[in-house]
Amino acid sequence: MNALPVQVTRLLRSGRPAGSSLPIWLTFAGTFAVAAVVVGIGGGRFVTVANLQNIAQRSVALGLVTVGQALVVLAGSLDLSVAYVVSVAALTASLVMAGDPARMALGVGAALLAGALAGLVNGLVITGLRVNAFIATLGVAYILRGAINAAFDNFAGAVPDQFQVLGYDVVAGVPVSLLLLGGVVAGAWYLMHRTRFGYHVYAVGGDAEAARLSGVRPHRVLVGVHVLSGLCAATSGVFLASRLGAGAPWVGPDGGYDLESIAAVVLGGTALAGGKGRLLGPLAAVAILAVLDSVFNFFQADPFLRTLVRGLVIVGAVALYGLRGAGERS
Amino acid sequence: MAASPAAPTSPAAPVLSMHRITKRFFGTTVLRDVSLTCWRGEVHAIVGANGAGKSTLMKVLGGVYPPDGGELVLDGRPVRLRDPHQALAHGISLIHQEFTLLPERSVAENILLGREPRRRLAVDRRAMTEQARKLLTDLDAQAIPTQRLVRRLTVAQRQTVEIAKALSYRPRILVMDEPTAALTPGEVAVLFRRVRQLVARGLAVLYISHRLAEVFELADRVTVLRDGRHVDTREVSAVTATELVQLMVGRELADRESRPPVDVPEPGSVRLAVHGGRGRNLHGVDIEVREREIVGVGGLDGSGRSDLVRAVFGVVPLASGTVEVDGVRRRIRSPRAAIRAGLGYVTADRKTEGLVLPLPAADNALLTVRAVGRRPARAAAAALSRLASRVGLATVLLRRETRVLSGGSQQKVVLMKWLAAGARVYLFDEPTRGVDVGAKAGIHELIRELADGGAAILMISSELPELIALSHRIVVMHAGTVAGELPAGAREADIMLLATGQGAA
Repeated sequence: MNALPVQVTRLLRSGRPAGSSLPIWLTFAGTFAVAAVVVGIGGGRFVTVANLQNIAQRSVALGLVTVGQALVVLAGSLDLSVAYVVSVAALTASLVMAGDPARMALGVGAALLAGALAGLVNGLVITGLRVNAFIATLGVAYILRGAINAAFDNFAGAVPDQFQVLGYDVVAGVPVSLLLLGGVVAGAWYLMHRTRFGYHVYAVGGDAEAARLSGVRPHRVLVGVHVLSGLCAATSGVFLASRLGAGAPWVGPDGGYDLESIAAVVLGGTALAGGKGRLLGPLAAVAILAVLDSVFNFFQADPFLRTLVRGLVIVGAVALYGLRGAGERS
Repeated sequence: MAASPAAPTSPAAPVLSMHRITKRFFGTTVLRDVSLTCWRGEVHAIVGANGAGKSTLMKVLGGVYPPDGGELVLDGRPVRLRDPHQALAHGISLIHQEFTLLPERSVAENILLGREPRRRLAVDRRAMTEQARKLLTDLDAQAIPTQRLVRRLTVAQRQTVEIAKALSYRPRILVMDEPTAALTPGEVAVLFRRVRQLVARGLAVLYISHRLAEVFELADRVTVLRDGRHVDTREVSAVTATELVQLMVGRELADRESRPPVDVPEPGSVRLAVHGGRGRNLHGVDIEVREREIVGVGGLDGSGRSDLVRAVFGVVPLASGTVEVDGVRRRIRSPRAAIRAGLGYVTADRKTEGLVLPLPAADNALLTVRAVGRRPARAAAAALSRLASRVGLATVLLRRETRVLSGGSQQKVVLMKWLAAGARVYLFDEPTRGVDVGAKAGIHELIRELADGGAAILMISSELPELIALSHRIVVMHAGTVAGELPAGAREADIMLLATGQGAA
């Protein structure tokens, strides 16, 4: 093995408790610093309040979806339906509210219910009908896509102006939407690292049969994480409706939230096989992707180049994890 | 602390009775009308040869497999156990043969998995650590840090954690399936002392072991299973090791003549030699196989038999020791290196390890020669029909998808693969498992022909008649070493005595 990967892996490993998400946050700090320098050389200013708020708001939609995806992946499953759940929730919120400020709570409730239902269907198809998670959630994604594209061409319904506070307002320098993401992350972190349910998610993702033999009921855990993933995607949909003023069938798929959330989860150090990784790692990955976006926007770079660089970052990072794993085994 | 049963029950009723339990898998009956009773304060050993149904019976008890027939009675009340969760709730705790620990979670999290102590909504981590430490201290294992990840523990430590976990359910019946396989003698002594304490407090222990010495040391009664049936239950004080082995093997089987080879060939030169082989489950193995010789390897599951051939073939390379093929020392670090050295390995599980099932049989037969190419693949392909006739496979079957062939035909395809590759040393692991009687005779004949043609053959078999019928010599393994060697025509009982660690050798 040549010297560089060894040094890097040593850095990633050095004295950290296993399962820490610190390395990925260090990577984020590094990416941020490099971005600031590069933009500075390009004659701009990266570290401005406006730009930071911009990066934060970019992170929210993907961040919300990624929290749910991380729960699902930690349980050893996968959710490919999230992008369309985002659209369904955005449309539901916008149609139920219909511009009426009095119906805001109702609209949010209906959107979350729709997301939870989609997650429930995912979970029941996987556990009850024993369909592979990849296929089950892909199938649900197609069903939702067909339904919303048949019913709507573009924007439908409207959210009241007051509701756009969520998408645009800033409180004490912090965007409201970032507070929303922070709340969801805090709740999910507590759930995963402090409650029995979270312990059982790790157990089922690590070895479902061992968990079953220990008295855990894996099916309940799997249905649970899929419902939570549906709820997270729906929250993201509600945020996007607030941002855009209305829901539309393309808001989820155009954001690419299905594959991007999986990429962020893996980039964040979570094993796709399940059971291994922390919740905060994937959030750092979302932030890294947002910083990259911001740099490319500054230089008004070719969007295809942007995608290409994303690919390199994801493959490179996961290869580093592989090296780290190999180092630990030897 | 772990084992006081909830309510004192009438001492006249056994804590457990299993009545006429039957279990089938895919049409094969693996347990037939097995009955068993167990009393409070009793260690009840269950013994039997491989495939006798011991582990399956215990998994029925643990709710892992629902039975197809029969009844479970706990403290006089019939119960149905649909999943492990229910069995645990009824106070039945299993220590499985395979580990059920999560490597990426801590010791404490593993021990209390599914019953994490809570304070309001959250898991009470301090209480969890405390409980785990207490359970480990009870096992004299306070040295195991409760916060360490299980993957950082030694095998023996994992076994101890597994036991602590089983006891944390406060069971009234504890099932231990080969619990000492990974332990050192000192650790076994600690475990036995602990089991005696628990039993003295009224726990019932069902104890599965291949090691008869443990049965005599620990158990009060012993039940023998054979071929999925209950053979006998005896007081341990009123039975000898030889009697137990007789019961395990079966009188009719023991008496049946399994025609050992009539003429043992003149020993040729040594083709395969392993010296001081150490590695996974291997603690110093020396073995030699000569030209034209069939060496049978006896032993029970977990004795290291399969680990030996897998090590020789480079699947899990030896940690230390030497392997010589035809007098040349070889460093075999991968199957490819083994094939290059002239070895062929007929695996026990041909469906996952021996064949690529969706491919046509012909492609499977040529897989190795195409990949490793000790001789031109084209020549082998041209000779395919000759190879097929040599193993007795109809040539029309060569174009069929391998999945649809019978077990016997599939095994013939595996043999063709090694013939095509030009192997000179053959490692067989259970060569006739799952093969019908006719094909079995054919495979036996083929193994003999290979040997007559100059090949050296090392053959593992759990079927004693097969071992006796084919082997020119029989090496018996126990606990990762060679327990002894027997000449052609050895008796089944002698093989079994060596395999259970009772041999004089």
